[in-house]
Amino acid sequence: MKKYKEKLMENIFLLAACVSILSVVLICVFLFANGIPAIKEVGISEFILGEKWKPGNMKFGIFPMILGSIYVTAGALIIGIPIGILTAVFMARFCPKKLYQFLKPVVELLAGIPSVVYGFFGLVVLVPFVREVFGGSGTSIFTASILLGVMILPTIIGVSEAAIRAVPNSYYEGALALGATHERSVFCAILPAAKSGIMAAIVLGVGRAIGETMAVIMVAGNQARMPNGIFKGIRTLTANIVIEMGYATDLHREMLIATGVILFIFILLINIVFALIKRRERS
Amino acid sequence: MQKVEVGLSPIQQNMLVGESNQSTPIKGINQQSMKQKLKGYLKTPGSLILLICVLLAALVTVSALGLLVGYILIKGIPHLSLSLFSWEYTSTNVSMMPAIINTLSMTGLALLIAVPFGIGAAIYLVEYAKKGNKLVGIIRITAETLTGIPSIVYGLFGMLFFVTTLGWGYSILAGACTVAIMVLPVVMRTTEEALLSVPNSYREGSFGLGAGRLRTVFRIVLPAAIPGILSGVILAIGRIVGETAALMYTSGTVADVTSSLMASGRTLSVHMYALSSEGLHTDEAYATAVVLLIIVMGINWFSGFIAKRISRG
Repeated sequence: MKKYKEKLMENIFLLAACVSILSVVLICVFLFANGIPAIKEVGISEFILGEKWKPGNMKFGIFPMILGSIYVTAGALIIGIPIGILTAVFMARFCPKKLYQFLKPVVELLAGIPSVVYGFFGLVVLVPFVREVFGGSGTSIFTASILLGVMILPTIIGVSEAAIRAVPNSYYEGALALGATHERSVFCAILPAAKSGIMAAIVLGVGRAIGETMAVIMVAGNQARMPNGIFKGIRTLTANIVIEMGYATDLHREMLIATGVILFIFILLINIVFALIKRRERS
Repeated sequence: MQKVEVGLSPIQQNMLVGESNQSTPIKGINQQSMKQKLKGYLKTPGSLILLICVLLAALVTVSALGLLVGYILIKGIPHLSLSLFSWEYTSTNVSMMPAIINTLSMTGLALLIAVPFGIGAAIYLVEYAKKGNKLVGIIRITAETLTGIPSIVYGLFGMLFFVTTLGWGYSILAGACTVAIMVLPVVMRTTEEALLSVPNSYREGSFGLGAGRLRTVFRIVLPAAIPGILSGVILAIGRIVGETAALMYTSGTVADVTSSLMASGRTLSVHMYALSSEGLHTDEAYATAVVLLIIVMGINWFSGFIAKRISRG
């Protein structure tokens, strides 16, 4: 009886574990089944490399949006990675306990703030600020990068802090004993040992930046044209879907789903690169 | 730390001579004074620069939050009025009460789906799966993939699968299922980490006393892992409350309280996006932002409170 129960529960746990596999399969099947035929209809090179997105004239080129997503993500990383990792180092190795009890909730709160609120903040604070200081309309790659850079901070901080803390203290003590300063021990002994965790943090950050939708819509301008300068507006892949899905029909709608497919492929590629890095580290 | 000056402070000299006052606390001789530390830093400018960078980064992080929260609270609180919490949404009084109620039901429903599966999956991965099990690798890869998928892709999938294929239409249920899949890896990952951080001696002790695997998991490992699991659930709640993109095209944007699970309704975040994109109700958008912020802060405080109590007990 007892054995039977054990076996049953093990299978229930197994089933729960398989839900994530099922979800990924379902997502793949439904996205690809709806998106691929539409891509074929337009032509894959026309779709990915086409520089004009004019649904009214049946022109469906998402190259501007692909570039837009890449630029904004890169901008966010330039801001988010250094600040994020250094803050994680501070929290794990520099900060007094009292301050940590204040900092940890701060980072958690940053993570918890909904992206619409970030977007709204960007809209009412950052956009006017950029407009005043740098000219233009204020909705731009630059604005979106700053906002996204802050938004990916908690992801990067949280994961890299955990990675830094996971490094055995003997690494640190060893470096100290060899005469290195506190900073040097942390940056030259502990950080390299936490590399894979920090890479994980960055990949998660990339994922969050590239997939961020609402905040970007509110500050990036959303013009569906080739990006020309960091103080000009662009539209990202994600924004393209949300903005037009509400009224799109037929081929236009399918093209938006196809945009989602491209976004999905991007994410899959990032994951594969990430897995490769991790595997190389292990061997 | 490495450049300890050997010179003794007067107190320490006193202690050596044996004339020390009993009430003076004993001081470690390997501690540096502020001045010694500064001197050390001047000798190693690289370290000093690193220290400054680290401090600056932490400062930026804190001030980003301070600026955001401060600005929204200061600008938004004056716009909070009772009429914004009336039960009916009308085009003149864009009440957020229906949206709040929808958010609650959406969160509850999504957690009901995601938490059991997430915890179950984590238990399987940590406690049951044997090393070298191929399935485990696949589960991990898929969970990682799920973590990375942007919310708008979830939204598209939810629209294609729950709304269209299953024929649920724009409904709370479709939205909840969509976000449940979205937060599943969050719950799974944090639970897994929490389970892994439980020392193996707990399990060995339990097995040694004759408990089965199941009993060990539920009586020994899970209770010890609860603070970690809770933090995952809280993270999940935060994501659900703040989710917009995945819900716009699954649970829809109807601004009334949903009558059933199959009815469409907007959550607070969707409500806020609608307000700020229409551009007619910026003041109300500020007020909604305040409410969202307060909810999020409340959730955070609550999770800290619970985790503290549990780890103490």
